[in-house]
Amino acid sequence: MKLHRINAVFLRYFYIYRRSASRLLETVYWPLLDLVLWGFVTLYLARYRESLPHFAAFLLGALILWDILFRAQQGISVSFLEDVWARNFLNIFVSPLTTSEYLLALMLASLLKIVIAATVLTLMAWLLFSFNIFLIGVSLLPFLVCLIILGWAIGIVTTAIILRFGQQAEVLAWGIALLFQPMSAVFYPVSVLPPFLRVVARLVPSSYVFEGMRRVITNGGFPARDLLVAFGLDALYLAAALLYFFWMFRVVRKKGLLARIGE
Amino acid sequence: MTTMAEPVIEVRDLVKDFKKLRAVDGVSFTVGPGEIVGLLGPNGAGKTTIIHMLLGLTSPNSGSIRIFGLDLNRHREQILQKVNFSSTYTDMPHSLTIMESLRVFSRLYGVRDREKKISGLLKIFGLEEIRKKQVRHLSTGQRTRLNLCKALLNDPSVLFLDEPTASLDPDIADKTRKHLKDIRLERGLSILYTSHNMKEMEEVSDRLLFLHKGRILADGRPEEVVRSFRSRSLEDAFLKVARGRGEGR
Repeated sequence: MKLHRINAVFLRYFYIYRRSASRLLETVYWPLLDLVLWGFVTLYLARYRESLPHFAAFLLGALILWDILFRAQQGISVSFLEDVWARNFLNIFVSPLTTSEYLLALMLASLLKIVIAATVLTLMAWLLFSFNIFLIGVSLLPFLVCLIILGWAIGIVTTAIILRFGQQAEVLAWGIALLFQPMSAVFYPVSVLPPFLRVVARLVPSSYVFEGMRRVITNGGFPARDLLVAFGLDALYLAAALLYFFWMFRVVRKKGLLARIGE
Repeated sequence: MTTMAEPVIEVRDLVKDFKKLRAVDGVSFTVGPGEIVGLLGPNGAGKTTIIHMLLGLTSPNSGSIRIFGLDLNRHREQILQKVNFSSTYTDMPHSLTIMESLRVFSRLYGVRDREKKISGLLKIFGLEEIRKKQVRHLSTGQRTRLNLCKALLNDPSVLFLDEPTASLDPDIADKTRKHLKDIRLERGLSILYTSHNMKEMEEVSDRLLFLHKGRILADGRPEEVVRSFRSRSLEDAFLKVARGRGEGR
């Protein structure tokens, strides 16, 4: 054992961490998100444990629906990264393919991922926990569509950020959707959040989906108002994401970064 | 080859700045039909930036690019349908087989009679036997040939090649150059080519554009370029420029 060699390897990682904002972010971001999320879940359980007859259904339904949103986002940003990792990105963008066509193809790839993930999760939840996601009834389809659109919007923004800041921003492909999780009130109602976060939650389309899901599981019915607001917000998110993406695309072409990310 | 015919590529007063660095400084040139033009110059001369601007990957600060008489900015889609690109710095998706990769790109270019086209190219580049092999298992030489197959899928009229032989051994590099010359003769293809291999540039190019610090220092046949630098060889001329002794010829 030679201390100078151990020191050399340690120094290497120290240099990496010191210069890489994404790695530093990762070191703080994940633990912090875990703390916030599970902290609110604990608060919810402590506050309402007497009156939660459907808690298992809430949790499993929320898990499956959240995963749909997550896959939708990953279907866009990770598919894009596959081309970057394979150094195939330039080959694609020197073809007559337009940016809109590329985005539509990514959305299609994302749908495939969603179908596979949803099928597996639904089957396993039923086999292992006798949980039937279809108990949500006719609301299930609009819930899914709403979450997929939000996932796409987040995926498109993530892709635009990676295009602009390069592979050091890759970590966002796995992390950015999770930023929405505490405010989406996935595993607890919005009322558990502190007042300022409740305001933020009201601006996040997925919070209406998860609130709606809990309402449907508890009382049945069709949460028309929740869905209407969620779709309205979704439209705004998607429009903003597309505008941001096309703007970034122009910026990276101007800065010569489009060519650099592909090599 | 002559450049008297209508040029397929026409570049005028092209300028590209990256922050305070002027990477391309008022470059103008043309490429004629069936002509092979080599872009030559030390690292940072602006060769790759020019190719990226010609492919619409990087937007210029000023100047104009016309390909097939059309403005690249306005007719990007139409132009790229008849253009292709191969670079030693790009690759194909690693988990796809050779056939799958070429099927994807033939669809991107809307190639008709895809399977026949792909088979023909695989035969030319000696990849027929390994058509079902995944890209991750290919050697560097095989990958380069696959890239070239991709670059010829759409029967391009213009081909941009960025150091296509940089990672090849002399034997494969020589075969690749031969392929390119044959294809040029066969199809009347115009090629814009970058390389750091001086011998290759002399051998392949009809005309050379010698670039330094974003400007064209010399434009002519290889022997004319060598003469213009009062050098014995292209390599000698290159070293003069790279070491700062060739700019004020």
